[in-house]
Amino acid sequence: MNFAFYLISGLAVAGALAAVLLKNTVHCALALTVAFAGIALLFLKLGAQFAGFAQILVYIGAVAILVVFAILLTRGSETPKDGVYSKFPLTGLAIAAAVFAVLGWAVLNSASVLPGAGNSSAVAPAVTVMDIGNALMSRYVLPLEIVALLLTAALIGAVIVAMHEKEEAK
Amino acid sequence: MNPLAGYLLVAALLFAIGLAGALTRRNAILVLIGIELMLNAANLNLIAFWRYGPHPEALTGMMFAIFSIAVAAAEAAVGLGLVISIHRHAHTTDLDAMNRMKG
Repeated sequence: MNFAFYLISGLAVAGALAAVLLKNTVHCALALTVAFAGIALLFLKLGAQFAGFAQILVYIGAVAILVVFAILLTRGSETPKDGVYSKFPLTGLAIAAAVFAVLGWAVLNSASVLPGAGNSSAVAPAVTVMDIGNALMSRYVLPLEIVALLLTAALIGAVIVAMHEKEEAK
Repeated sequence: MNPLAGYLLVAALLFAIGLAGALTRRNAILVLIGIELMLNAANLNLIAFWRYGPHPEALTGMMFAIFSIAVAAAEAAVGLGLVISIHRHAHTTDLDAMNRMKG
């Protein structure tokens, strides 16, 4: 626990709050990028370089751009007249607060038995990208293939779903 | 404080913020943003447990997080494609206005 951790988590939480609270949808997408960057920095601070850079590539590079494209294609940047929140925002807030209370209570109650308190975990585990590649090509090769299939199916599915249906109209 | 507990608390806070966004916003894209935040909070938990767990050299948590990132990317692509398709049919992304299943 040090200053860098508090700074990075403050950045991530502030970005997430802004992404959820701001009125203009484009500003929400930009704040979401800040939150993703904060989470990627937390990954890097945990010593997971590959996951951190994958997070930057996939989320900041692809998902944030997709969100901005979707906002602009649906003209979502115009603030609606009847507010940005649904009919029962207090119910949703109460549910989210209850979930956070339960999670935080569980974490704080079990803090003494969680691993990581001792000196042995002070040094980050030395895991190189080569280790990850070896594991992906040996032990995790079947999940890797399934993910490749899933990504192909999602790509084709997304294109078909979002495609113009001019032939169907006549 | 235990470092792992700090990361778990941050992840719980991010999850709660994402859940609040998904439950309270009207715009379908903002709901998807909330879902993305929740997925990221779960990934943070996985990486934190990998880092402070007993066997980090086994790479289990790391692999789980990497596959989770890939699945979340597929989810985002299909979800936003659906939002664009619905906007073309119903001319709105307001979830409260979408109250019929017929196109």
